[in-house]
Amino acid sequence: MQSDRKLMSGDEAVALAARDGHVRLGTGYPGTPSTEILEAFSELDGQAQWSPNEKVALEVAIGAAFAGARAICTMKHVGLNVAADPLFTVAYTGVQGALVIVSADDPGMSSSQNEQDNRRYAVAAGVPMLEPADSQEAYDFTLLAIEISERWQIPVLLRMTTRVCHSCTVVCPRGEAAPPPEPHFERDVTHRVMIPAYARPAHRRLREKLAAIARWNDAEGPNWTIEGTGGRGIVTSGISYMHVREAAPEARVLKLGMTYPLPLGTMREFARQSDGTIVVEEGDPYLADAALAAGLAVETQPAMFRFGELNVDRVRRILGGDVSPEAAPPPGKPPELCPGCPHRTVFTALRDLGCIVAGDIGCYTLGVLPPFNALDTCVCMGAGITVGLGLRQVLPPDEARRVVSVIGDSTFLHSGITGLVEAVYNPPATGHLTIILDNGTTAMTGMQEHPGTGRSLDHGRAGKVIFEDLVESLGMARPVAMDPTVDPAGFQSLVAEALESGAIRVIVARRDCLLATSKIKSYEQALKQEACLAPVE
Amino acid sequence: MPPSNKVVNVVIAGLGGQGALKASDIVAGAAFRCGLDVKKSEIHGMSQRGGSVTSDIRFGAEVFSPMVPPGEADFLVVLAPSEVENNRWQLRPGGTLIPPDVVDENTLRGKKSLNVALLGVLSALLDLPEKEWLAAIRGNLPEKLHDMNLNAFHKGREAAARWRP
Repeated sequence: MQSDRKLMSGDEAVALAARDGHVRLGTGYPGTPSTEILEAFSELDGQAQWSPNEKVALEVAIGAAFAGARAICTMKHVGLNVAADPLFTVAYTGVQGALVIVSADDPGMSSSQNEQDNRRYAVAAGVPMLEPADSQEAYDFTLLAIEISERWQIPVLLRMTTRVCHSCTVVCPRGEAAPPPEPHFERDVTHRVMIPAYARPAHRRLREKLAAIARWNDAEGPNWTIEGTGGRGIVTSGISYMHVREAAPEARVLKLGMTYPLPLGTMREFARQSDGTIVVEEGDPYLADAALAAGLAVETQPAMFRFGELNVDRVRRILGGDVSPEAAPPPGKPPELCPGCPHRTVFTALRDLGCIVAGDIGCYTLGVLPPFNALDTCVCMGAGITVGLGLRQVLPPDEARRVVSVIGDSTFLHSGITGLVEAVYNPPATGHLTIILDNGTTAMTGMQEHPGTGRSLDHGRAGKVIFEDLVESLGMARPVAMDPTVDPAGFQSLVAEALESGAIRVIVARRDCLLATSKIKSYEQALKQEACLAPVE
Repeated sequence: MPPSNKVVNVVIAGLGGQGALKASDIVAGAAFRCGLDVKKSEIHGMSQRGGSVTSDIRFGAEVFSPMVPPGEADFLVVLAPSEVENNRWQLRPGGTLIPPDVVDENTLRGKKSLNVALLGVLSALLDLPEKEWLAAIRGNLPEKLHDMNLNAFHKGREAAARWRP
């Protein structure tokens, strides 16, 4: 048994590679299944920080990479929608150091509102993409992403999926890489200031880089062929490769590690030597479409397999052309708001008042389920406030007056503030009520800190955004903050009164998440002790 | 040690908070310590909120997919009575179900250690040396919980000796 053999998740492997690869700064926003990367990086003494949202996280990482440092930015798939604005232009500017962007996709939606396939982003923005299939590759490809990013001065997308992020597999780390030069600033406005005059040549430069990377990928990219016993060839990538190897151990397989820009020459040669070629992939027909567009005669998998995760059984079906209906596994017990969760009181009040509730992303989305049935919309981070405003703008007054927005504390800081600005700027005639469900943590993703907790990612002391001050600063009445569980009837009256007022109102329903209470207490105690031990200046 | 090409498939099922994921860490740890290829897969996130949780562990000479294919589990360890029927489909024909009542909870020093007690039952049916199990239990739990859980593990092994699947 090798002594340096470790069993770790894909997320932990990315963190270890970031440490071994001398990543100077890790930024991100918590999101299943990406959250553990920065937590593990911090545990390894890396500088890791939660940003209020993914756009901010990516921009901070871009700044670090402009200064010549190695930076990693982590998020779940829908987070990249938020960060798409900087993504598309940092592809033009390029970077001085290294910039690795981790997109953790969630096929099958184990904990997400959609199953978008972010491989499309690599194509749309023009950034090279690596797709690891297990923890070893998550480790290797993170280091490779740093190498590619520095060699071509381009951001690199590390596209993972739930089963790569959260599965534990064996990793043999390579040890520390050679350290990069210290960060320093070099003025280079044609590469850093994207006014049209500089952006036009920057776009051409990007396409030239991608063409060079495509040639490299064909010649020596992280792709390989398993000859098997010949016959029909299978082109695949990521976790699908693992299912393929098990479903068809004898098959000829082309396993792609860098899936943008694609090694089309390698794919063509593979198809030429195979007796027919089929593409097996999870999610969108991304590889299949690209292969067909390049004139490769590949078979594509039946449309029914675009939905949900793949597994060994589904890959057997794909290879066997079996499109008979799939049996759904018996349903288990669905998740629910924890017994004693403070959100329960809020949703009981909203249900009893007959509110139309525009909801948001977090544990409290579970307010949609019985016995509450008290959530009517959920689209994306921040949409609780803004969709509520839209409903208010057009509904007849008697219905409009029943509309309430609910949004969690972390989600409010992520994307809710601009919604309140909208409420001040374009107030509906009936007013509006937003309830910030402040449970003192980012509960859904596993209790991460955020700018409203006053503690940093590693639970050290940090600046604290006070919701009441922030709301008041927008010119709204100072919100009432109360623990709804102390006086449920009083809370319900407060909501009813705010709805009656016809004004733009915010209520802060504040009580720590039950699961986080003891942790929060211990963090605060540690900080207090630290403060006592600090030398007096 | 299992024969070279045979992958052992274990599924652990329970409700959020019962320690199904911790139990799967221990199984994976024990197999890993034997020098085997190991993969463990589970879903985090929504499942933490009291809902059904399952975790797959696979080990052998070489493991590809991290997920136990439907209907191919050799062992199904279930921590909650309510989770037995909805997970039975995961077992292969002839596979072994280890239901929660194999171990009498009242003989344990803490209800929280039922997960490890059921691993004691599982360990009696697998070819992994006991010392690797014990090391994996110690490696995955804080020291103050070692005694309670090592005791539970032995209770599970005793129960296995009396139990006929």
